[in-house]
Amino acid sequence: MGNKRSGWGPCLTISIMFLLAAGLYSLSSGSAGIPLNKIIPIILKGRGTSEFSIISDIRLPRIILGFAIGGSLSLAGIILQGIFRNPLVEPYTLGISGGAALGAALCIVLGLHRLFPDFAMPLFGFMGALAVVLSVYLANIQRKIFRTDGFLLTGVMISFISSSLVTLILAISRIEDLHSIIFWIMGSLEEPGWVFIITVLCVSLLCLVVSYLFCLDLNALSLGDEEAIHLGVNVVKTKKILFFIAALLTGVSVSIAGIIGFVGLVVPHFARMFAGYDHRRLLIVSFLTGAGFLIFCDTLARTIVAPVELPAGVITGILGGSLFVYALSKKSAAF
Amino acid sequence: MIKIKKYTCGYGSKIILSDIDLDIKKGEFVGIIGPNGSGKTTLLRALTRLVKTFEGTIRFEGRDIREMRHKELAQRIAVVSQNLPTIIMTVGEYVSLGRLPHYKNLQFLEDEKDIEIAERSMAFTDTIRLKDSYISEISGGEIQLALIARALTQEPTLLLLDEPTSHLDITHQVGVLDLIRRLKREYELTVLIALHDLNLASEYCDRLVLMDSGRVKKAGTPEEVLNYRDIEEAYKTVVVVDKNPLSAKPFVLVVPEEVKKRCKR
Repeated sequence: MGNKRSGWGPCLTISIMFLLAAGLYSLSSGSAGIPLNKIIPIILKGRGTSEFSIISDIRLPRIILGFAIGGSLSLAGIILQGIFRNPLVEPYTLGISGGAALGAALCIVLGLHRLFPDFAMPLFGFMGALAVVLSVYLANIQRKIFRTDGFLLTGVMISFISSSLVTLILAISRIEDLHSIIFWIMGSLEEPGWVFIITVLCVSLLCLVVSYLFCLDLNALSLGDEEAIHLGVNVVKTKKILFFIAALLTGVSVSIAGIIGFVGLVVPHFARMFAGYDHRRLLIVSFLTGAGFLIFCDTLARTIVAPVELPAGVITGILGGSLFVYALSKKSAAF
Repeated sequence: MIKIKKYTCGYGSKIILSDIDLDIKKGEFVGIIGPNGSGKTTLLRALTRLVKTFEGTIRFEGRDIREMRHKELAQRIAVVSQNLPTIIMTVGEYVSLGRLPHYKNLQFLEDEKDIEIAERSMAFTDTIRLKDSYISEISGGEIQLALIARALTQEPTLLLLDEPTSHLDITHQVGVLDLIRRLKREYELTVLIALHDLNLASEYCDRLVLMDSGRVKKAGTPEEVLNYRDIEEAYKTVVVVDKNPLSAKPFVLVVPEEVKKRCKR
């Protein structure tokens, strides 16, 4: 238990440095290696060179998307772990990813992704996520009660149902559809188009701002619902709002990038290890670290066995999981 | 300060307390006693609206508590409950959480006044030396003091305590209750405390409320409430009531089954 937490300064510095390092690493690596010291001259020179277009048209969009999605998932993770007071909860526990996967699989099987190649998959994914969120919510909210255990159980059950349905679809679909569905499920940050990138970025930053308004309530909630009420928190209302913020973050991320696992589970734990329990720090640190972590993993995913690109979810799982087990065995976690 | 009128409440559709009438005046030190399951804790929970009201009203400083906002209530009523913090935080961080109800909109950090009030509460409860220790590292008695320090940091006018002395040895029991009595004077608090130990209740409280199966069986001074008839009826146990030779307050002794039989013979 000897791990004294760092204060505001070190926490923010470390997470920003990590984010910058991941960003620079991502900008410089790829099939056309661009040395770090040349990045700034290339950007200053402006359009015209091939290096500039590689940076601005291929790598930068991915970095921004990685930033937004990594940040969103980690933020959703820390919020959900806060309102459920359960360190095992992650954005996908509530069945949101399952719903999105089902939506996307349906879209592919019905051939809609060929009719509207740009919009169909994210739209169907989002609708699937929305359907799950609403059913979980309606099953567990009565007028003045927020049934925490009910939320988790319903979420897990809906996850199972939708993954079985996805398996069913896989079993009866044609081979070329199979490939698309499986790749979508594994998650990737590949070329979703600027409209989507800007959408995720705006949603993630907006949710960060809104959830930050509740950081003190989250601190109170970490003592338990009753104690939070004793400290003047309107627990049911706060939990409802935070649940929807987390659902929105997850739904948007999943529908655009597929199921990138583990970020939302592992990053909040890492953040807690060095930022302590205080959500005033935790929300920001978690967002920045998650963003950096996903950018880093995505860069690894596209370079490690180039020219083949691995799904980002594979790297986040392997890297995140093993780092976490290592860190956990080194010192006790914050929960 | 508190006027409870014809109050009936419970959880779900189950009635726990029925027809409670109780007045508590400003500055009183009132103890709630009664057997397990008689509704002591529920009565405290009713004051912070954690139970469902079926009938009647609770007025706090003249206002119906159901009409008060969450923050307003938390600025006036602080609770020392039996919910111990399970997450890893320092005593200082824990005590500072008591300032939450007083934060203005869009205030995220403690200002100087908040820090000063938290430190004063810690100084008063002798927990300032533990400020940087983790709650998981301190003893049961010290945790109890930290809970009280957090409640004080809320700057309440009414302090509710739920069995603050259970699990403590006699030194710490007396220590905690002496502290609460000093707080009451220093901060001009009104104290409502649920206690299992009848003798502690008798020594420290101005007035006692004896609960029995969800109703107030008797309320009054310790001398009025602690008589063997009422206690035996409520607790279904044979007791002997006598006077503490030093404080002149009543004390209650239990009589074991075997002794009872021997006496009958």
